[in-house]
Parts: sequence; structure tokens; C-alpha cells
Amino acid sequence: MAETRPMTSEPVEAWITGIGLATSLGEGPDAHWDALNNKRINVDETGFAPNIVHPLAPVSYDAQIPKKGDQRQMEAWQRIGTYAAGLALDSAGVKGNKDILSRMDMIVAAGGGERDLAVDSGILNSDGYGAATPGLLNEKLLNDLRPTLFLAQLSNLLAGNIAIVHGVTGSSRTFMGEEAAGVDAARIALARIADGQSDIALIGAAHNGERKDLLLLYEFDDFNLKNKFETVWAREANSGFALGSAGAFLVIESRAHAEARGAKPLARLKSVVADHARRKTPGEVTASLQGLWSKLGAKSDAAIITGATGAEPVTSEERAFLKDHADVAIRGTGTLFGHTLETQFPLGLGLAALAISRGAMFPPNDSTGLEIEKSGKPTQIVVIGAGHWRGEGMALVEAV
Amino acid sequence: MTATRDKFGRPIVVVTGMGVATSLGAGKEDNWAKLTAGESGIRTITRFPTDGMKTTMAGTIDFVPVEPFSSTDLSEKLGELVTEEAIAQANIGSKGDFPGPLFLAVAPVEVEWPQRQVLAKAAGANSDINYDTLLRVAGGGKFVQYHRRFLFGSVADHLADTFGTKGSPISLSTACASGATAIQLGVEAIRRGEADAALCVATDGSVNPEALIRFSLLSALSTHNDPPQKAVRPFAKNRDGFVMAEGAGALVLESLEAATARGAKILGIVAGCGELADSFHRTRSSPDGKPIIGCVNNALVDAGLTSDQIDYINAHGTGTPENDKMEYLGISSVFGERAKEIPVSSNKSMVGHTLSAAGAVEAVFSLLTLEHQRIPPTINYDVPDPAIPFDVVPNTARDARVTAVMSNSFGFGGQNASLILTGEPV
Repeated sequence: MAETRPMTSEPVEAWITGIGLATSLGEGPDAHWDALNNKRINVDETGFAPNIVHPLAPVSYDAQIPKKGDQRQMEAWQRIGTYAAGLALDSAGVKGNKDILSRMDMIVAAGGGERDLAVDSGILNSDGYGAATPGLLNEKLLNDLRPTLFLAQLSNLLAGNIAIVHGVTGSSRTFMGEEAAGVDAARIALARIADGQSDIALIGAAHNGERKDLLLLYEFDDFNLKNKFETVWAREANSGFALGSAGAFLVIESRAHAEARGAKPLARLKSVVADHARRKTPGEVTASLQGLWSKLGAKSDAAIITGATGAEPVTSEERAFLKDHADVAIRGTGTLFGHTLETQFPLGLGLAALAISRGAMFPPNDSTGLEIEKSGKPTQIVVIGAGHWRGEGMALVEAV
Repeated sequence: MTATRDKFGRPIVVVTGMGVATSLGAGKEDNWAKLTAGESGIRTITRFPTDGMKTTMAGTIDFVPVEPFSSTDLSEKLGELVTEEAIAQANIGSKGDFPGPLFLAVAPVEVEWPQRQVLAKAAGANSDINYDTLLRVAGGGKFVQYHRRFLFGSVADHLADTFGTKGSPISLSTACASGATAIQLGVEAIRRGEADAALCVATDGSVNPEALIRFSLLSALSTHNDPPQKAVRPFAKNRDGFVMAEGAGALVLESLEAATARGAKILGIVAGCGELADSFHRTRSSPDGKPIIGCVNNALVDAGLTSDQIDYINAHGTGTPENDKMEYLGISSVFGERAKEIPVSSNKSMVGHTLSAAGAVEAVFSLLTLEHQRIPPTINYDVPDPAIPFDVVPNTARDARVTAVMSNSFGFGGQNASLILTGEPV
């Protein structure tokens, strides 16, 4: 807690020592690396038609959430996240290490509010029949809401479940606010480590894209991708995003802390920066991304993994920014995993660490030519997250 | 080492502006007068029908009109109100140009019943309404405002726009500790030297039928409906739950160096912040009290103080049987015999539990306690609980010498956060 680091010292170096991914492409680093290299994409065009979603690949929750009672206390987004968090702790080699987990900081980026669709529909139907009395809503809610559902709806209860299931208790903070929350979770965790306020942190997010209540929120402004799947760069005529299900967590720690316990780095997390363009006039997002790039300290040939959504006008603004980086490997995670809101940026960080640890960039998956083939070992990867409505962020992930 | 840094070499973080709104009223002056007079803001709910509900009272804020009502709209208006007050007092930056980041504690956001019902009506059907029906009518531009409104980041987005805060605004939830966490994030940013100033706001306008029913289904709420003013009874033997309430608090934090340089009046110091998560249960504290003890100790260590140097505790004090018992266990473990002597009062006895806002609302009240050297009481303390032998400052405010206050916040999901506020640098 008390920081004794001299005030003039260099920032503490931070390593990514663990990643946990559970997505529409599977779980764990090997499954993801195979799927990415085989250009596999998992979309469901019928279950939520006309909306397209990227459904979670089957996972065995028991492996990370052994108590059925715990699983029952969670809705899907919390199970996905608790599962992915467990994978990250395993990957970092700290699972079950009470000494470390009890002082590990945690920042989770979360949405929440998973609804009971049947209860909601029942109430609206009673209304529709003209049976609505002043007490009807109360009566229905009192009779039909499950008490545990509230806990599955609270945003901070993903972190709460990670504490209960995995014992991460040093601190527990939940950021909300769509895509930007995922950027800020990484940004604040890194800033605290760099300044000596923290030694080791678990950061990440989870998203259940197979939810009609969430589709509804984005349908209000016609953001949902409909009818036909296209890669994220080929949606100008039919813009939007396909919601995706995913959990993505990382263990980030100071180099000294990792070395003291003999942990190997997957990559270095060099910097994370964020901005909040007002987006009142065209070009603000492009300018914001240019500004962030200049703060990042990346080399001009750094590869790029972006969470570009396919929504407009933000995707076109990002494409304008990417024109300055036309000869590097650019990979859009929106094509591969769908849009996972809070999770998209941690997912990008995880994929960047994975690519660096495997010494290669995964192949392009794009019909427009924006993503190009690039061989050779990536030494720097920039992760970009420009939110569908607000929030811009960037991170620099490097080979150690 | 200069006088603008603490004993650990970090920039000292001061408060130069505060704003508050609760069921007692708007603004510091009104709130402080009523708080020290022992008035309750809890009243019978008139905002919506409470037929069938076990709990029919709350600390609603009815003097800020929101039509049609949504909790997120009310949260936003309250956040704006208290931020205006805080920035005006700090006299920092210029209109719409606050020179630092925003940290906002806000309740989780979702589409609410009035909006769902509007959609169902728009569907034109009166049977077989389900989410597919709603989805069919939601698009096409008629309800764009609902997208803007019910994004989790929407309140922060609005406040960042209105007050011109810098960088990416952070919306956060640590349940009932959220307000304290917002302040902690601001303190950390200033200590890291990232910012000279930070705007920390916490707001909650959650009294709607579903929220009331959700807490009620967890058996967390008092059902002492009549008279409502007597419902919240922290630390009393006949306490029977907390009472939902609305409110907001805002603090302008600055480094002492920056505040001094611009000649700002310093209202107090945020000397330390502590946190520790509990892995015992989703809604209950670990029976051994260790997470609470650890959290309180972390705050003391962070401030570089010992428990002897704290002379007032602004308790979490919700009035639930469980919370108050655990808070006594935690405090008595750290403070030893002094736990029976040190004044420990609960603002919630008067304003109710302002949930996401509580940590900031109570930080403002703690700073007012330092300023006025007067401790607000715990009201409705008529039946002492022998298992909790705190000096709760029963029923009547008390003048006292107060130099350092500990303000505690504990929440569902194992959230614990403590702040230490002082009048002078320590």
C-alpha cells in the first residue's frame, strides 16, 4: 500500500505473464492459435435472425468453477468471465497461490443487467391486455423475479465471483462504460504497476453476446449487423457489429515480481493510453487515434490488432487513420470474434501477447485488402479500441 | 522532501470543492443543518405505486424533476447538481473546462420499465409480446435516445461533456463502496503525478419499483414503514435492514502544491485509502472479519497513521443486522478497547443508504465534521445493542475535537473501502 519508491525513478517495467481466453473460437492459447491460423470464424446467422452473433464455443465450466452452486449463482456473462479469469491465473502459474492471490489487484470491465426475458415478456403481455393495475408490475416482479438474478445483474459481481471462486482479493474494482472500460482497466492497472502502487494485477472482461436484451440496446440506433456476415472492413453498405461472446483476462505484473517467482513473460505491456473524443464533427476519431499513436512510443512498423466494430461512422474514421499504416500487418478482431464491447480491448491485448509469444502474426481475414500478409516475428503490436459510440484507446505490447 | 509531499514522498491530496445532495436537500449548507439537527429524509414513496411491497419508504429525492422517470436520468441530474456546487466552491478551471480527469461512481445501467412499456405499445400488439417483438420496433431511428441513455458510460459521457474534464472518464461500480473507490482513483492519479486535479463524483437515483423489489427479495431492506423517519436504526438492537436512498456527492481533489499555487482554500486532506476484497460470499462478510480488518488497516498504513490518531469514525452503518455486527467486529479488532470510546456515527440513519453514492456523500459529511468540529448523530438509537458497544453519538449531534476521520464503505460482492480524511496534512 504505502509507496516508498523514489519520486524520480523510471516507470516499473510490466509484463503480461498470463492470458485467459474463452471465445467463439474456443478456449486457451492453442485452440485460439489454431483457429486464427485456419481463418476459422464462428457465427450464428439463424438463432437471433436477422441479427448475427458469434456464439461462445462450448466450454466445460466445471474445470474452472468446480462448485455447481457457484455456477448457479451466476448468469452466463459472469460464468464466461470467471472461467476466463481462471484460465489466466493458470497461465500465469498463480492459480491457488494464496499468498499472491490475496494481494493481487483486480480491475474488471463489465456491463451487466442480464434480464429474465420470460418475466419481462409476461409483464408486457399483461400490460397489453389492458390488465395493468397500479400494482401489477409489483406483483409480477415480486412473484417472478429470482432473488439470485439480482446478483447476476450487478456489474461488480463478476469481480465478486472471481474473488469467491479463485480467491483474488487484493482489491476489486469494476469499471463500466462499454469499450472504454476495457481500455481503462488495462490503463489504470498498468499505471499503478508502473508507479509502484501495485505489483500484480488481474484485468479483463466478459461479454455474453447471445442476449436479446443487449441486442435491443444496440438496435435502438441500428448498430446490429443483420442478414449477411461480412468482414469488419467490408460493411460500409451494411454497417454494424455482430455481438460476440467472450471472456478475456490477463495477468500483468512488475518484472521484478515475475522474476522473483520465476515467471516467464509472454510479452511486455509498455503503455496504454485513452481518449474521449466528443465526436461532434467528422474527423475527431481519426485525430484522436493519431494523437494516441503519438503518445504511445511505437515504431512505425509496429503491427496492429484493432477492435474496430464495423459500426459507422467510427470504422471509416479508423480506416482513415490506418491509411498511415498501410504496410503493416493489421488484424481486425471484430471479424474474428464479433463485437464484445468491454471485452474487445482485453481480447486484443491477449491476442497481441499470444502472437508475440508465438513469434508470428496470425494471417489476415479480410476481403478488402486492408489486412495484408506479413511474415516474420512481430516485436511490437499496437492494440486499438475505438468504441462504437464513445471512447478511444491504444496499447503497446512488445516482445521482451 | 518539501511540505507538499507526505511522509512517503507522494504528493499530498487535498479537497478544494464539495457538493452534496440527499433526501435532506440540495447543497452542503442545507444538508449539514438538517444532519446535525438529527432530521430524517426518509419518507413514504409517492413516485410509484407500492402495492404489495413489504417496504414502502425510501430516501427519495423528489425535488429534482425527471419526466418520464428513469433512474439513470435522475443519477445524471444529481451528478450535475453536486458537481456544479463542488466546482463553484473550488473555483477551478473555467466554465466547461475542468483541468483533470473524471472518476464517476454510478449504479449499473439498464433499460427501465417505462421505456420497455413504450416499446411494447409501439409494437401495437396486445399479446405475444416478447423480446423479438421489441426488437422489431426498436430500430429505424425512433428510439435512438434510448441507446444514448442506457449505455453504461452515458452519465460519465454527459458529465465529461458538460464540465470539460480531461481524458477518458471512468465509470465504476464497487457496489456500496463505489463512492469511496471514485475518490481513491482520484487520489491515486494525483499521487502518480498524472493530474494536478481530479473530479470525483458519485451518484445514485435508484429508487424504482424493480430496484426496491430486488433488494427486498434479498431481505436486505427495513420494513419499518411507519413512521418512515424511524426506519433506519443503525447499531440499535431493533435494527431490521437498510433503507434505499438517492443522493450524490462530488469532490474536487488537487495536489496540495497545485491548490496552494493557485491560492485555493483547502477544505481537508485525503490522507489515506484502503481496500480489500472479501471472497467469503456474494452478500455476506467473512465471519472472521478479516477483510474488513485488513481494509481498515490498509487505509491506516496508506495514511501513515495509527488507530490512536483517528478520533471519529463515519461508519458504513447501514442498519442491517449483519453489517453493523461485522463493522463492530472489524473496528474493535483494529481499535481494541478504544472501539468503545471513539465516536462512531452513521449518516445513513438520516439520509438512508445512497448506495453507489454513499462513499462520496459520507466523505463530504466527514469533511464537514472536520470543518465544523461537530459530529452528526446516529438517530433512532433508542434500544442499544449490547453486542455493539460503540459510542454511536446517539440521537443528538456533539461538538468534539476532530482531526482525523475514518469513513468506511462495504458492499455486496465483497467490496470494502476505507478513507482517512484529515483537516491538516499528516
